[in-house]
Amino acid sequence: MSGTDPLLDVTGLTKHFPVRGGFPVRRTVGAVQAVDGLDLRVAEGESLGLVGESGCGKSTTGRLITRLLEPTAGKITYAGQDITHASRKELAPVRSEIQMIFQDPYASLNPRHTVGKIVSGPMEINGIDPKGGRERRARELLEIVGLNPEHYNRFPHEFSGGQRQRIGVARALALSPRLVVADEPVSALDVSIQAQVVNLLQTLQRDLGIAFVFIAHDLAIVRHFSQRVAVMYLGRIVETADRDDLYENPRHPYTRALLSAVPEATASDTPPRTRIRLTGDVPSPLNPPSGCRFRTRCWKATERCAAEAPALVRVEGNGVGHLTACHYPEAGRTMTSQAAA
Amino acid sequence: MTSPTPSATTAPMVVAEDAVPTAPKTPPRGGDSRSPGRLAWLRFKRDRTGVVSAYVVLVFFVAGVGAPLIARLYGKDPYTTYGQNTAGLLNDFGFPVRPNGGISGDFWFGVEPQLGRDVFTLLLYGIRNSLLIATVTTLLVTFLGIVVGLTAGYLGGRTDYLVGRVIDILLAFPSTLFFIAFWPVMISILVSPEDATPTWLTVVSLISVMTAFGWAPIARLLRGEVLALREREFVEASKVTGASPARIIFKELLPNLWTPILIQATLALPMYVTTEAALAFLGVGLSDPTPDWGVMIQRGAQVYQNDITYMLFPGLTMVIFVIAFNLLGDSVRDALDPKTRRR
Repeated sequence: MSGTDPLLDVTGLTKHFPVRGGFPVRRTVGAVQAVDGLDLRVAEGESLGLVGESGCGKSTTGRLITRLLEPTAGKITYAGQDITHASRKELAPVRSEIQMIFQDPYASLNPRHTVGKIVSGPMEINGIDPKGGRERRARELLEIVGLNPEHYNRFPHEFSGGQRQRIGVARALALSPRLVVADEPVSALDVSIQAQVVNLLQTLQRDLGIAFVFIAHDLAIVRHFSQRVAVMYLGRIVETADRDDLYENPRHPYTRALLSAVPEATASDTPPRTRIRLTGDVPSPLNPPSGCRFRTRCWKATERCAAEAPALVRVEGNGVGHLTACHYPEAGRTMTSQAAA
Repeated sequence: MTSPTPSATTAPMVVAEDAVPTAPKTPPRGGDSRSPGRLAWLRFKRDRTGVVSAYVVLVFFVAGVGAPLIARLYGKDPYTTYGQNTAGLLNDFGFPVRPNGGISGDFWFGVEPQLGRDVFTLLLYGIRNSLLIATVTTLLVTFLGIVVGLTAGYLGGRTDYLVGRVIDILLAFPSTLFFIAFWPVMISILVSPEDATPTWLTVVSLISVMTAFGWAPIARLLRGEVLALREREFVEASKVTGASPARIIFKELLPNLWTPILIQATLALPMYVTTEAALAFLGVGLSDPTPDWGVMIQRGAQVYQNDITYMLFPGLTMVIFVIAFNLLGDSVRDALDPKTRRR
């Protein structure tokens, strides 16, 4: 990711949701700092996994990138074009290139529209007339995502969750996007179906060269799907690295704790991992801790952590592109897997 | 630290069966697809009460629309005073000579006391006028309710607050009293005291007042529905593809709102029939000689001690119509919205 311009460049992205209260005059009394100074980069054709526990701002980030939400501060650059505060009309040319796959396949399809209408709708809105007509293209897309083209005239309620999610994928593909933000695309599905959908997305990423921002809380799926992984905690990215680098050599205490919580599916003769148990809850984003946001639950926290926020930098012993926001990073392990995938 | 999955490469994840290339299971039915609307129609057809009510309502509408044709075949009209023109129909006191309000082969529903008009054609034209007013009002109310409710719900914020307060005021306002008090004033301004009030003016003012007070409940209902719908992900999905607000409202939200709209409209129409009749009965709105359900009941109330039959026909038909239409409304709701069953 060095050298060439990234497809998507996000710097200092911030989203504060105002909290209004008071009587009789309502005024802003605070702000939920859902996303607070987030930096990330996605290269052409690359898949970035965004992980973190519930409420850390992953979905908000996804909605900010697709501009469903208006950022409070920061800058979003897509292919060299600043789209941070672009209006709907200004966004129009970019719209077709950034698409989204939603979490809930039951809420993301209009129950009154046929599958054909859902898939061909985006083409209609953007005035795209593919060769052979929109209907033919829609049938093609259904076939690409593993559905029967005969399902064109059916309604969403006639499909299972996995099939519905495929329809959602087909809709996202209808505009031939270069970047797809997938907001927990499989977390609402059965485990067996999850694998099918993830494999479908992976095939699409490889064959069509689409860049992905893959939001998930399942580390195993992210590891399977993404070349690069960013770990979020309370509205900030605490660590980002190439997949294997991050999983083999986590430097941030939070990443380490997160990875240690993944259930093991390895043979029994390997030495068991020590599980790091975090105490306490995630602090409220209404009033996040000063300095490093993780310090309230970190076993290494000192006064320095409360005083200054650590920058997301390449700390000593990190591989290329491995950034960690920590004053006292975990000891780096032998750097065996430096080669990025 | 061990990896969460053993040696994850870009190879497909191990799954029991990779169903990507094969066609997923098809619903057993053939080519025909069941849209939500079609499913509702199938449910409605199974509801015997609903179907019977629908036929009854249909008979009334056919009678109203085809009133001139039926009257021509029947050979009479609602304005000729047969009882005064022909001897032997009304007695010296102006009441029908024959029993049961003068029902005979010539006058199927009898003869009107005093003036001696034909009750059957009077009722036909009364139904025609009443249904015309009620239908137009329902259409206008529904249209206005859709526009205001969708706008308020989708825009939210200040617009929503303002519309909400207007709705509150309208719902709290005694519209019937307002009409009784205000209508004569309005008419006296528009029409000089010497002239008779033209019927079209009465009809237009009736419709506009009922519309002005009637859109609030539908608007409020739809506003709530829109508030719930616009947070759904399919709306966001549409936004991501660059859809305009108009497209989102009309193509994404509106198709999901036809159910409450249809339910509200079918329940509103009989209400407007009775409202219009009540106003006519109270002496505002339509009046003799314009045939009208309410006017007939008003006349019936004056003569019922001597000729109960005259009151029976408009009263009974109206009860049948309103009950049938309300049952139809309930069935429509059950068919469209099976989750909120009455029982």
